Amino acid sequence: MAEQTLQSIGLYLPEITLVLALTVIILADLLAERFRNAGGWILLTGLVVAGFFTFRQFGASESIFFDMAAVDTYGAYFKSMILLAAGFVTVFSLRSAELKAYASRVGEYYMLLAGMVLGMLMMVGSTNVLLIYLAFEVTSLSSYVLTGFTKKSPRSTEASMKYIIYGSVSSAVMIYGISLLVGFTGATGIYEINAALSGGIASDQLLLVNLAVLMIVVGMGFKVAVVPFHFWAPDVYEGAPFPVTSILAVGSKIAAFGLLTRFFVITFTTATDGGGAAGWSVVDGIRWDLLLGAMAALAMIVGNLTALRQTNIKRMLAYSSIAHAGYLLMGLVVLTGQGLAAMMFYLFVYLFMNLGAFYVAMLFSNATGAETLADYRGLGHRAPLQAVSLTIFLVALTGLPPTGGFVAKLFLFGAAISAGWIWLVIIAGITTIISLFYYIRVVRVMYFEKPDEGAEPLRFSADTRVVLLLLLIPTLALGLYFSPLMDLSRAAVAIFGF
Amino acid sequence: MELHIFGIGILTWMVFLPVLGMLIILMLPGTQHTAIRATAAAVTGIQVVLAGVIFANFDRAMIGINDAASFQFVEKVRWITVEAVPWVGRIEIEYFLGIDGLSVIMILLTALIALIGVISSWSITKMVKGYFMLYLLLVAGMMGVFVSLDFFLFFIFWEFMLLPMYFLIGLWGGPRREYAAIKFFIYTFVGGILMLLTMLALYFSVAYTDAATGETVHTFNLLHMMNPANFVEGGLLAGLDTSWRYAAWMALFINFAIKIPLFPFHTWLPDAHVEAPTPISVILAGVLLKLGTYGLLRINFPIFPDATEYFVIFMAILGMISIIYGALNAMAQTDFKKLIAYSSISHMGIVVLGIASLNTQGMVGGVLQMFNHGIITAVLFLSVGVLYDRTHTRGLYDFGGIANQMPRYTGIAMVGMFAALGLPGLNGFVSELFSFLGAFAAFKWITMISVTGIIFTAGYILWTIQRVYLGTTPDKHKNLQDLTPREYLMFVPLIVLIVLMGVYPAPAIELMNTSLSYLAEFMTGVQP
Repeated sequence: MAEQTLQSIGLYLPEITLVLALTVIILADLLAERFRNAGGWILLTGLVVAGFFTFRQFGASESIFFDMAAVDTYGAYFKSMILLAAGFVTVFSLRSAELKAYASRVGEYYMLLAGMVLGMLMMVGSTNVLLIYLAFEVTSLSSYVLTGFTKKSPRSTEASMKYIIYGSVSSAVMIYGISLLVGFTGATGIYEINAALSGGIASDQLLLVNLAVLMIVVGMGFKVAVVPFHFWAPDVYEGAPFPVTSILAVGSKIAAFGLLTRFFVITFTTATDGGGAAGWSVVDGIRWDLLLGAMAALAMIVGNLTALRQTNIKRMLAYSSIAHAGYLLMGLVVLTGQGLAAMMFYLFVYLFMNLGAFYVAMLFSNATGAETLADYRGLGHRAPLQAVSLTIFLVALTGLPPTGGFVAKLFLFGAAISAGWIWLVIIAGITTIISLFYYIRVVRVMYFEKPDEGAEPLRFSADTRVVLLLLLIPTLALGLYFSPLMDLSRAAVAIFGF
Repeated sequence: MELHIFGIGILTWMVFLPVLGMLIILMLPGTQHTAIRATAAAVTGIQVVLAGVIFANFDRAMIGINDAASFQFVEKVRWITVEAVPWVGRIEIEYFLGIDGLSVIMILLTALIALIGVISSWSITKMVKGYFMLYLLLVAGMMGVFVSLDFFLFFIFWEFMLLPMYFLIGLWGGPRREYAAIKFFIYTFVGGILMLLTMLALYFSVAYTDAATGETVHTFNLLHMMNPANFVEGGLLAGLDTSWRYAAWMALFINFAIKIPLFPFHTWLPDAHVEAPTPISVILAGVLLKLGTYGLLRINFPIFPDATEYFVIFMAILGMISIIYGALNAMAQTDFKKLIAYSSISHMGIVVLGIASLNTQGMVGGVLQMFNHGIITAVLFLSVGVLYDRTHTRGLYDFGGIANQMPRYTGIAMVGMFAALGLPGLNGFVSELFSFLGAFAAFKWITMISVTGIIFTAGYILWTIQRVYLGTTPDKHKNLQDLTPREYLMFVPLIVLIVLMGVYPAPAIELMNTSLSYLAEFMTGVQP
């Protein structure tokens, strides 16, 4: 027993590193008050070390801590994405003007960020409903506080409040669903639950099980911000400081999709390739594929249509990220190896293009206080590199070649077409056209509208240019060469038996 | 036939030279206007030389179309391969370039028009650096579409043109440029999504077996998609004459019809033309519109011969409507540029009518008309540009008696006008004649109605000549300067071609005859 625990610890090093980093940040904050940003650098180091340990987990296939969590390529893929996103967000935070106003508390900020990353890493590895819930809450609690971190700003406080209320209700619903499920099957491991469910459900209990699954859908749907559980997202994204919005829109979404996919695919489906309803028939009753398909379609429609009317950049990106959650969900709906691999590929590209968009928005906000679309007038002439970069990120989000965003959409749409979800793809296609309007509107304002009289060119330090390029190059390169990443995604979904 | 320069194939040079030029311009300081312009001119000049080399070395007897072995200047590199996975087999995307009789003439046209466009862009003074960078990217995109034989590559180049065009119209255009730019963008993007979905459906319906390893390979290779034997059992687009195949054909057709532009998808064109700066109008009408008809011939026809056969009357009718509707609209315009925009719709209608005939005559006529219209319309837009530069107006009623003021210019413009009208001895006549002859063999009534469009064309052209070049000169337009040497430089090659191709069109016809005869045979040979 002790031996297995020891072995498990060896496979839990990324998470342990984060715990250590968290502790060191607290200590550093107490001892070295003069170096305010020390926390950021410690976190960054922790992330790099954790990244190194994660890298070694590719190709592994282990179950650790008595089947509480799994260490496999799938998990490693998601953990790498989370760590990458967290790394970028830490760098953003070091440069954020919003956080500078709270310099004396910035140690707390990095501590919370480390906690959030820890929670997200746990989310994507857990194979036991108890640990899943725990990880879910660790992430959520840190993000509630982070959202309200700029506490002198009423918007930030309001956002935090809304987030807590929405979040606690939906996680209460989810834990209720989980407890019903555990009570019914008598197991907490997701493989055992699946085995119990596959064994057949008595008809008088069918309603109960359906209800339980539905409740879990609510909880997880909240985390990925998919319609109709998206109402918190715009306010929270708008109210939170830029780096927090970025980690919520990217990191949190990646982790939630990692968890959602592993949990649903293992617990409620049987691996039948070709997709369609057959795989979802473990829990009879509700047509789960149709339900999720409808949620995806709604997210694409509502997200994109509402984004059209936004004038605040953060809000617009919030709605756009709801729409992207819809596209991503398509990968789960089709339930083929292809679909899931496409979803993972999409997430990877999404990380770069969305963080890129947020980063440029943050830089503009730092330099000019720009938050609304009107403030972007003439920025194309005042900050050429940043504006060109933002254009490329937005074009990638639209899904135009030659960017990674195009390839990602291509694979997702392709997976859906080959699984026969033609109506869903048509909706995705139409909403993609709609999305062009609001993405390109930013470009139009930046370039076609004249800057105010006497507006000076904006200056940005060299390090921000480096970060920008680090985000820009993968966005473009993945549009032209992507086979290794696709191979990796396909290898990762092998754990589901596809 | 293969040709390498420094170990890199000539077609790659054709496509990526402009990108290289763009990078050089990127390095130059923005104030060095002359150096920037010279770089653009040099790059497009080299492209013309390379196009000449291709013209000289092109084997007129080789077919192409759906036979990989008889394409020329082929470059084929494995670009993206996702190794065999249990649920799909191997996935393959290739960097596959090659030309046949259909594309070679389009490449010549693109290279020539691109160079003329650069010469005409000399007068652009606003943000010169950005302008030429975008211009060269646009040229690279157009060239890429014409040489791609892989659908994925084709699509990338196709969409790649959108953004440069959007900025070129939106930043350097006329007063309503933003509206025109976004309208162009959205129309084309809608088409692009339709093409994307069809491309994916085709991709999953087509697979071939690798002879070496026995693996099933999914590919975007256009030539594989043309072979009915490659359609997988139960694939969405497998079989012949299924409703999915009709739907897919229609989706592609709408995409290409938007680009052509065919009635009723044409409404973006007048706006885009009127607002775009002169060189961009030249590129737009000279090359971009041809991408639509080229796409029909390269993709719709050989991949969906059954659906094409089914929709051929529909195509011909849309062609007919475009011919007459375009001409009538042109007659009603008071803006010189808008008039030419509508005349483009009318003339591109002839192309569609010609190729819809599915016989050699009509197809050769159609493709020749694509080339000729590219040349003629370039002359027309350039001549409007010359007038606009001097008078800052395009209103047809603002002019008069220009012939007295600028006799040499008027002579050149008249040649272009008469070529557009279809005067025998000039190139427009030859291709229109072939198109209508071919079409007449296929659909009598539609062609007979279409030919009346010629009368309207004569009407608006003669009327325009009368209003602009003849009559008395208004006082404000006295003392206009005749053509400058730079303007001669852009007009003369085009005028020479107009006359040459009118008197002796054989070299052009020889280029494409073999390929198009085969395509016509292929189209009518496949019966369900």
